[in-house]
Amino acid sequence: MTIQLSHEPVTVDRDHALQLLGEMLRIRRFEETCAELYMAARVRGFVHLCIGQEAISAGLIPLLTPEDRIVSTYREHGHALARGISANACMAEMFGKVDGCSRGRGGSMHLFDAQKRFYGGNAIVGGGLPLAVGTALADKLQHEPNVTVCFFGDGAVAEGEFHECMNLAALWRLPLLFACENNLYAMGTALERAQAQTDRLVKAAGYHVPAESVDGMDVLAVASAAQRAIDFIRAGNGPYLLELRTYRFRAHSMYDPELYRDKQEVEQWKQRDPIDTFAARLLQAGLVTDAEIEQLRQAAADEMAAAVAFAEASPLEPVEQLTRWVYSDATPEEQER
Amino acid sequence: MNSTHVALAEAATAQTTTRLTFREAARAGLRDALARDERVFLMGEDVGHYGGCFAVSLGLLAEFGPERVRDTPLSESAFVGAGIGAALAGMRPIVEIMTVNFSLLALDQILNNAATILHMSGGQFNVPLVIRMATGGGRQLAAQHSHSLEGWYAHIPGLRVLTPATHEDVRGMLWTALEDPDPVLIFENAALYPVEASVPVEWSPVDIDHAVVRRSGSDVTLITYGGSLYKTLQAADELAAHGIQADVIDLRTLRPLDDATIFESIARTHRAVIIDEGWRSGGISAEIGMRIMENRFYDLDAPVERVCSAEVPMPYAAHLEQAALPQVAGIVAAARRVIGG
Ligand SMILES: Cc1ncc(C[n+]2csc(CCOP(=O)(O)OP(=O)(O)O)c2C)c(N)n1
Ligand SMILES: [Mg+2]
Repeated sequence: MTIQLSHEPVTVDRDHALQLLGEMLRIRRFEETCAELYMAARVRGFVHLCIGQEAISAGLIPLLTPEDRIVSTYREHGHALARGISANACMAEMFGKVDGCSRGRGGSMHLFDAQKRFYGGNAIVGGGLPLAVGTALADKLQHEPNVTVCFFGDGAVAEGEFHECMNLAALWRLPLLFACENNLYAMGTALERAQAQTDRLVKAAGYHVPAESVDGMDVLAVASAAQRAIDFIRAGNGPYLLELRTYRFRAHSMYDPELYRDKQEVEQWKQRDPIDTFAARLLQAGLVTDAEIEQLRQAAADEMAAAVAFAEASPLEPVEQLTRWVYSDATPEEQER
Repeated sequence: MNSTHVALAEAATAQTTTRLTFREAARAGLRDALARDERVFLMGEDVGHYGGCFAVSLGLLAEFGPERVRDTPLSESAFVGAGIGAALAGMRPIVEIMTVNFSLLALDQILNNAATILHMSGGQFNVPLVIRMATGGGRQLAAQHSHSLEGWYAHIPGLRVLTPATHEDVRGMLWTALEDPDPVLIFENAALYPVEASVPVEWSPVDIDHAVVRRSGSDVTLITYGGSLYKTLQAADELAAHGIQADVIDLRTLRPLDDATIFESIARTHRAVIIDEGWRSGGISAEIGMRIMENRFYDLDAPVERVCSAEVPMPYAAHLEQAALPQVAGIVAAARRVIGG
């Protein structure tokens, strides 16, 4: 099927379409489950949902090789799932269990997986950017053809780290994709209340970083722009900035009174739900059936229900292990000294 | 009865009291500061439209407008530095850093500018700046959101470090801090924000030079501050049930430390336990313990003990986190050990 986008035609076959839709549905269901568990006080801490932003994870991350690297933020459930960290491991982490992908030390904001080269959710805004410069530098120095993708929000662009890292990555021509998820708000601060220049393409130009802005609610648009960016980087041309224009449908964290935005604005963005709109386009094009979509939904629901059961059954880390991994090869007794 | 006992008794018997959360008490302090002095303004992330990340400044934007309740972008280093510059140029800024965890991005400004300019300028430029931030763990926020670094900041000459634990202190210390000609850091333990208490309706600036004995006893001195005060008072209750009377000291100010109140207590009890939510190694508890060694060694009947957070980045899982933090049982056990009972 060829779907005409604003810029260019994108071709997607049936299997690929189902895969993209299925990934978005998994992420959505995982997070809806998290919200329910949070309300039931079974998951605690800060929990930042990416509901509304799923097209970014689903469109971009599958384009990476297993050797590529991802540095993410506290709003990283979608990134982690799309990268292939199992729902079980992610869910067990939400529960603070030993089978969690960070063994219960991280929680929602700090999902890690070395094997997947997923360098964690970082809960300091902008805090992941310098890390990503480091991983990209290591790849460059070792002549590895890998790309590092660093996710960050519109708010992080105001941090000094963004500017310092854009400069360094450009200066050193590092294989780094700056993936800015612009959901228009940093907590309650609207972009235009915080940034004099709201066009990040202009900012990128200031650092000689090529950049593109793309509709982050459209999974195909994300995928095609991300492919261009990754190809550019992998060819040795240095960093690239991709602005993914999106919107979070839920509160900043689990709850806020949303004093800072109009209900109407939220409703308008919900009309552009990345899952519903993509499903509608596929149906209209006759590429998939209602039954197939329903099947994907059910599969996601089953997977997440199983993940909850897995997490619940997982043991707690024994308290005796409290001080493990402060230094990598010391015993708990040595750590205490 | 010393003066601190008098202060407590007055609070208890004050005729007109009102019930406030710790958060509301902090807000009352802010509102008063903004109303009293045109030079005062509040600046920080989400202090305005969001209402403050802990809702401390809720409503102040509507009351005082966006010039004086100023939302900043996520640029800790830049807006803390702007606070220093504004203070140098005649303003009395209150800079809010959401939590101590993020203050690390502004550490350079705090240490290299705020704390040094007076000295570097040969006494020409003082920095009358107040920086407020939330601190502490216990809310399952994991390793990057649970620090207690107030003891760290107390390492730095040129700064004053306040750790209000009571509603009257969090309300009244800001006033005193704004009258200080030099930079003052105020640490508010976030676990206290929802806690309610009765406070007098009438109030004035509170003394920030002295520690306060929150409960008197003659068997052992328990020294603490901030969020750990309540656990320590609870431990004192349990000890009392075993016939052990504890003197509980709320330090209130970590820099400069009020040695005299600590030493006076130890002269009576001959035993001490220090309770600190910070880490043990190199922490403020080490500093207090050493001062006792230097000054009151021959008064002691037992080694000084400490109850601190475990030497580990704070884990997320509730049982691990609780195991890492000072707890009532640990305080009771330490007190009993120093007493030998
Ligand atoms: C250095 C730092 N400052 C403040 C915070 C508190 N905080 C957490 S998320 C957030 C908003 C970030 O907005 P944005 O970068 O747009 O990401 P989004 O949450 O929208 O995904 C803030 C202010 C933090 N975690 N780290
Ligand atoms: Mg944002």
